[in-house]
Amino acid sequence: MENPVPSAVPAVPGSTIYEQLTARGVSRRDFLKFCGWMSACIGVGASGVAQVVNALETKRRIPIVWMHFQECTCCSESFIRSSHPIVADILLDKVSLDYTETLLAAAGAQAEACLQDTITKYRGEYLLCVEGSVPTAADGVYCCIGGRTAEDIVREVARDAKAVVAWGNCACSGCVQAARPNPTSATPAHKIITGKPVINVQGCPPLAEVMAGVVVHLLTFGRIPQLDALGRPMSFYSRRVHDTCYRRANYDAGLFVESFDDENARKGYCLYKMGCKGPVTYNSCGTIRWNGGVSFPIQSGHPCLGCSEANFWDNEPFYERLPSFRGFGIEATADKIGMAVGAATVVGAAAHATLTNIRKHHDIGRQPGESVSDAPPPPAKPDEKGGNAS
Amino acid sequence: MSARIVVDPVTRIEGHLRIEAEVRDGKIVDAWSAGTMVRGLELILKGRDPRDAWAFCERVCGVCTTVHALASVRSVEDALGIAVPPNAELIRNLMFCTQYMQDHVVHFYHLHALDWVDVVSALKADPAATSRIAQSISRWPKSSPGYFSDLQKRLTAFVQSGQLGIFANGYWGHPAYKLPPEVNLIGVAHYLEALEWQKEIVKIHTIFGGRNPHPNYLVGGVPCAIAIDEANALNAERLAEVGRLLDQAAQFIEQVYLPDLLAVAPYYLDWTEIGGGVRNYLCYGDLPTNGFADIGRFKFPRGAILDRDLSHVHDVDPRDPTGVQEFIAHSWYEYEGSDGKHPWEGETRLNYTGPKPPYENLTVDGKYSWLKTPRWKGHAMEVGPLARMLVGYASGHAEIKEAVDATLGALKAPPTVLFSTLGRTAARGIETQLVARWSAEFYQQLLANIRNGDTRTFTKDRWEPATWPLAAKGVGTTEAPRGALAHWIVINERRIENYQLVVPSTWNASPRDGQGQRSPYEAALIGTPVHDPKLPLEILRTIHSFDPCIACAVHLYDDKGATLQQLSTSPAV
Repeated sequence: MENPVPSAVPAVPGSTIYEQLTARGVSRRDFLKFCGWMSACIGVGASGVAQVVNALETKRRIPIVWMHFQECTCCSESFIRSSHPIVADILLDKVSLDYTETLLAAAGAQAEACLQDTITKYRGEYLLCVEGSVPTAADGVYCCIGGRTAEDIVREVARDAKAVVAWGNCACSGCVQAARPNPTSATPAHKIITGKPVINVQGCPPLAEVMAGVVVHLLTFGRIPQLDALGRPMSFYSRRVHDTCYRRANYDAGLFVESFDDENARKGYCLYKMGCKGPVTYNSCGTIRWNGGVSFPIQSGHPCLGCSEANFWDNEPFYERLPSFRGFGIEATADKIGMAVGAATVVGAAAHATLTNIRKHHDIGRQPGESVSDAPPPPAKPDEKGGNAS
Repeated sequence: MSARIVVDPVTRIEGHLRIEAEVRDGKIVDAWSAGTMVRGLELILKGRDPRDAWAFCERVCGVCTTVHALASVRSVEDALGIAVPPNAELIRNLMFCTQYMQDHVVHFYHLHALDWVDVVSALKADPAATSRIAQSISRWPKSSPGYFSDLQKRLTAFVQSGQLGIFANGYWGHPAYKLPPEVNLIGVAHYLEALEWQKEIVKIHTIFGGRNPHPNYLVGGVPCAIAIDEANALNAERLAEVGRLLDQAAQFIEQVYLPDLLAVAPYYLDWTEIGGGVRNYLCYGDLPTNGFADIGRFKFPRGAILDRDLSHVHDVDPRDPTGVQEFIAHSWYEYEGSDGKHPWEGETRLNYTGPKPPYENLTVDGKYSWLKTPRWKGHAMEVGPLARMLVGYASGHAEIKEAVDATLGALKAPPTVLFSTLGRTAARGIETQLVARWSAEFYQQLLANIRNGDTRTFTKDRWEPATWPLAAKGVGTTEAPRGALAHWIVINERRIENYQLVVPSTWNASPRDGQGQRSPYEAALIGTPVHDPKLPLEILRTIHSFDPCIACAVHLYDDKGATLQQLSTSPAV
């Protein structure tokens, strides 16, 4: 994909995003196309296009302060992979990335000055993005920057932020360093930052387009997107990977991969028996896919690890099918486990999924197929699921 | 009169690094490198299924994503005696090459270039002259006067806005910047183009591994199945796309990265005499061409060089208990017994003894880093592109020798200039060119195998834990873009009993050892000129030439029975 204009090209000061894009040769048509795409991404649908257009035409740039704590920088790396040409512009130019250790030209005292300048000059206006967890054990010595603890810094920087975005599983739920036994007491942002909502953009890492979508939402509507009970934006985390998976039809037909690289793997059958966590994972991988829609883990033959769920690291071993999860004996528990693992987020989708399962098992029972004998046993009763059908 | 400089945070790196340096008469006379973040991954790995370890390890680093996954699956395969099918080896090689090309280009432009390229000076460039220079060094098409003029106008508006984003508070106008405005403008243009380019090449990871960052790996092979006529598998269309992406990558490397490197280097030849550091180089080697067991046929040869003696390459055996050892004299850990342990025998407890934060200075006489100090047969070793090129050169590897000589010829310089800050940066470019070439070979070999009817990508021989021995141990080696990487695993009753990583930035960025021997960063900073102690530009040049990756470098291990002093009993989430 050839970008018509390089991203991160310096902007015209004080102008709106639309003016800047126009000045750089982006046509009105491309701009509207982008707004439509972004509206779909952030889940406002056709009716919201006008609002996105309006916002990008008139809103000023948001200063962003991006902090790095206990992390691996995969969120930043994902962020710079944003595949939509204008998305890269929006994020790297149309917002003002005023502090990020990964890309900042300045270091040491000059870098610290960048941070202080921004949070002072744009008090109450800047967006705080947190990448990484904050270790609270041992008085915070497990992560220090400039001689200060991560906890000390995040409290200071959050105080006057307009909004807080927690990027990725580290900042949302502690990720790998919080896996058993969590030696450093790695703690997510929302447990440290009090007094204001934290948007949890889950995933290890999150999809670039999801990261972009959250920023555009903030820019467009001037408020945070609708969040689920775990603080995740509903527009990206309300559907299970299982329900948006293009291999779902194979699951419904009882066609499963039995071993990596077997005949069924080559046909692209369902990876459920290889340990796929799609049935208990809420994310947009199945719809948006990765790196410009090229693929996603299941499409490339590997089961979903469930990386947008809290504590997914401790839902191991990874290559065991879901029913062997402790405490659950039958496949229908895919939905049930969803409730256990995904907690409150599941409620809406579960009832629907359960009904799908009932239909599936009804069908499988009557049509012998190559994998039917291994097909998951009957589902639990729908009334065990609770919640509202979505 | 000497002054203590502190650079913390060191930016444009991965992770949290702090440098303290003593400056006297405009030169650094001593330096201390400290990792200031720790996560404890080895402890977390204990007790888990060895087949899952790659996913945990991959999260050691999202910048050099893939490399820890590769070292991990190899360590398990080594322990269990698994040989992966040739296609799996080739696909791993292609993912390896993709990672190198993406990572090295991003390092050059986005992490390192601003040490040499003055963004503000580019405002003074003559677009027509810029175009002439660009066209004289490369046939890259984006080189017209209009292209550079347009870029410059936008750059001018940006600088005048006063809101400089990531370029704020940079060292613009510092006398150590030597490039003419026109070359600076080319650098800025390619900084932006590389940002677009890098998200294309990683699609190779997405095709084979489902996504990037953090594509999927698999013990016993690779997860993607090959079926050329099947819509849902690695088919003809997907393979053709890999070919196209490889061509596109090679073009950028040949027409942008390398010409820029050769255009910038002549202005900074004084940096061939600065930043040499330790005189020893270590390389585990990688890119197998005949199965991973045949070390002699790696594209990057294995070996060590001591005291810059290129006439002799020493054998390296990662299993040798007296070879690789880790020390903690200046690291915030405790050992039960004597200092210096081979990773299979590793044993550690977190033991922070530094100043209570907030602090101004670390107590560098004592312990001052979360990095341990690895040594090979007692020697401090540099790892990375320079080590790979030197070991390859000294081994008489024809392709490496030819590529190194060609670059030295273009710069009219002898091989000794490689022992330096600039040499490290040049070596990275040289090997990127080689890797681009080799990736095309691996791609053709993969197509040939498929044509010949071999589509296997996985062996299930030892997949089931029931087929494993009760006790096993293995080591998985690779060459991460930043240098020699190895994971050591001990498996007991089908679970991980001990797991240890000794990673490139631990070799390079570690504190000195108990004998006072400095590790590569600290050694390389000695003698580095500092024009203004308040502005650490020269320090950044040398440190960035190593491409630091500190999240990788910091870890801990914990032997059976040892306990962490400050272990939290309840997970925080």
